[in-house]
Amino acid sequence: MDTNLAIETNDLGRVYRLRGPKRKGDAKQLVALDGVNLEIRRGELFGLLGPNGAGKTTVIKILATLLLPSSGVGRVEGLDVTRDVQEIRRRISMVSGGETSGYGLLTVEENLWMFARFYGLDNVTARKRIDALLEVVGIADRKRTKISDLSTGLRQKMNFVRGFISDPNVVFLDEPTLGLDVTAARDVRGFVKQWMHDHPDRTVLLTTHYMAEADELCDRLAIIDRGKLLACDTPENLKHRLQREAIFNLKVGPLGPKPSRDAMIEAVPGVRQATIVEQNGHTELNLILAQEDVLSNVLAHLTRRGSSLISLEKREPTLEDVFVDLVGRRLDVDTSHHAEGEHAAG
Amino acid sequence: MSITRSFLDTPFVRRSNRLRTFITAAWLGWQIESNWADPFLFAIYSIVRPVTSVLILVVMYSVITNGALQEPIFAYIYLGNALYILVGQVITGVSWSVIDDREHYRTLRQLYTTPMDGYFYLMGRGVARLIIGLISVLITIGFGIIAFQLPISIGAINWPMLLASTILGVLSLAAIGMVVGSLTLMLARHFWSLGDAISGALYLFTGAIFPLDVLPAWLRPIGFAFPVTYWLELARRAILGPNAAKFPTLSGFSDLELTGILAAITLMLLVFSWFFYRWALHRAKENGIFDMETSY
Ligand SMILES: Nc1ncnc2c1ncn2[C@@H]1O[C@H](COP(=O)(O)OP(=O)(O)OP(=O)(O)O)[C@@H](O)[C@H]1O
Ligand SMILES: [Mg+2]
Repeated sequence: MDTNLAIETNDLGRVYRLRGPKRKGDAKQLVALDGVNLEIRRGELFGLLGPNGAGKTTVIKILATLLLPSSGVGRVEGLDVTRDVQEIRRRISMVSGGETSGYGLLTVEENLWMFARFYGLDNVTARKRIDALLEVVGIADRKRTKISDLSTGLRQKMNFVRGFISDPNVVFLDEPTLGLDVTAARDVRGFVKQWMHDHPDRTVLLTTHYMAEADELCDRLAIIDRGKLLACDTPENLKHRLQREAIFNLKVGPLGPKPSRDAMIEAVPGVRQATIVEQNGHTELNLILAQEDVLSNVLAHLTRRGSSLISLEKREPTLEDVFVDLVGRRLDVDTSHHAEGEHAAG
Repeated sequence: MSITRSFLDTPFVRRSNRLRTFITAAWLGWQIESNWADPFLFAIYSIVRPVTSVLILVVMYSVITNGALQEPIFAYIYLGNALYILVGQVITGVSWSVIDDREHYRTLRQLYTTPMDGYFYLMGRGVARLIIGLISVLITIGFGIIAFQLPISIGAINWPMLLASTILGVLSLAAIGMVVGSLTLMLARHFWSLGDAISGALYLFTGAIFPLDVLPAWLRPIGFAFPVTYWLELARRAILGPNAAKFPTLSGFSDLELTGILAAITLMLLVFSWFFYRWALHRAKENGIFDMETSY
């Protein structure tokens, strides 16, 4: 057991029994995690990146002692997640994005104070931290506002603050920017970066399905899909994997009947991955090619299908491409919109 | 809040996670239960409602007995029902917060990632309802003294016995509430109020309104296993004096014997609820119940 590891999982597995219409001997099971091995060092800001249903939240819940693994071992600061529950809870905190919950009739301060007490903080420390954190996220003036009177965005900020009130060693952030507007999301990311900078021995495990967020924040990333870990490295190294490949965005005229990714990969040797999005009257192709000169074959293929080129762009690999390369489909169509919107506003 | 604050900072409380959890949860429970936007609603809830339910009983009693409100047995029945208010309040007070936290406030996950002790948390959340229940009981009894001349004199009450039996009774009810709360935690079903249902169902088995001997023999053990039966008997003896009219069921037992039985059952229930809670928590984590966000 390496004491420098903040988080360690060993063949971690989780199976959910699905409740459905009850028929005997017909209990359906869903494998949410399948042999996940993670090693996260102290001081790392580590990201779990994956599409909806990949198993990100399941990993976090197991590590935060809310859920038992079906198989394998999970450790937080060397402590076993199934046995050393109380000891782990003293050292961790967890915040889920979109978390607008809380006792509506308490004020922001009272709510945070209460959680501070559950963590065993004394009064003076609790107050100091509450004031400081509320200041940082810019809701100090709402200290005495009842939670029920807060907008959902502000509630989310309050819950975010709750995650840091106990000065935890390990913080689990499950999609922390989910549902936040562009500025608020940037604030949250800024806070996490600053906190890590101020506390270099602390660890954050963050899940997201926003590529840009993962790229911007994380020291290292694991890409997870359907309960399996597909890759784990720094964002740079992950992108570097695609260094030899060439990545093109093509906008073309209608591709004729049923354009499919598989057909494209089959028809043109050297096409490693393709995603195809049909959009009002034209088609967008995202291609990962084994090398650049495959492009001429692609263009010939398009001409044979009666389509014509509208625009062509060669670009640097992004995490999105890494994901497509590994999984064979895009992470999430919405992701790109989110990222674009943010750039436009920023 | 400031009283709670300074109290929580005393070294004795600070050192014990369980005590801290209990007090903080009691504080939270009180904020929730008493922080009614409208004090008028609060009064209806904690005063008018219990008094009306006892009034219904009084009307039924006087119809059946042709208005024999002066009969000594009336005071015995009236008291039983007044005290019974606590049964629903304590069982529900302790157990309901599982549903409240999980589905209404959605804080269950937040709470269970802190090092607080869940058993003492639930117990603490029940305190507010206990206080409200006690107020209701006092008001109902006071109302009975004024409106129906119940033969109660403050000076003649056996306070030690009343206090001891009520503490035991409340503890046993809290333990039952813990079992109900644990069930709720484990099953993730939306029991509207299992606590109220249980206290309603057991009403008939505790000698609150008629003697257990009226029940068919095979149903009587339920009443004898339920601690409330002994608590009601002891509390009524303490308030009315040992020679007042009462149901014959337990008349063969001395005060001390009844206290012993009540203490033994209470202890067993507390121990059972302790282990049952741990087990339910384990099941909940096994089944992923903390995920549950059944839409409210
Ligand atoms: N309590 C549960 N019971 C049954 N199935 C569940 C439960 N919780 C999660 N699942 C399933 O397990 C899989 C993994 O879910 P999980 O919530 O870990 O994914 P995720 O990566 O966090 O996805 P998202 O981006 O949507 O939050 C999904 O298919 C999900 O439907
Ligand atoms: Mg999730």
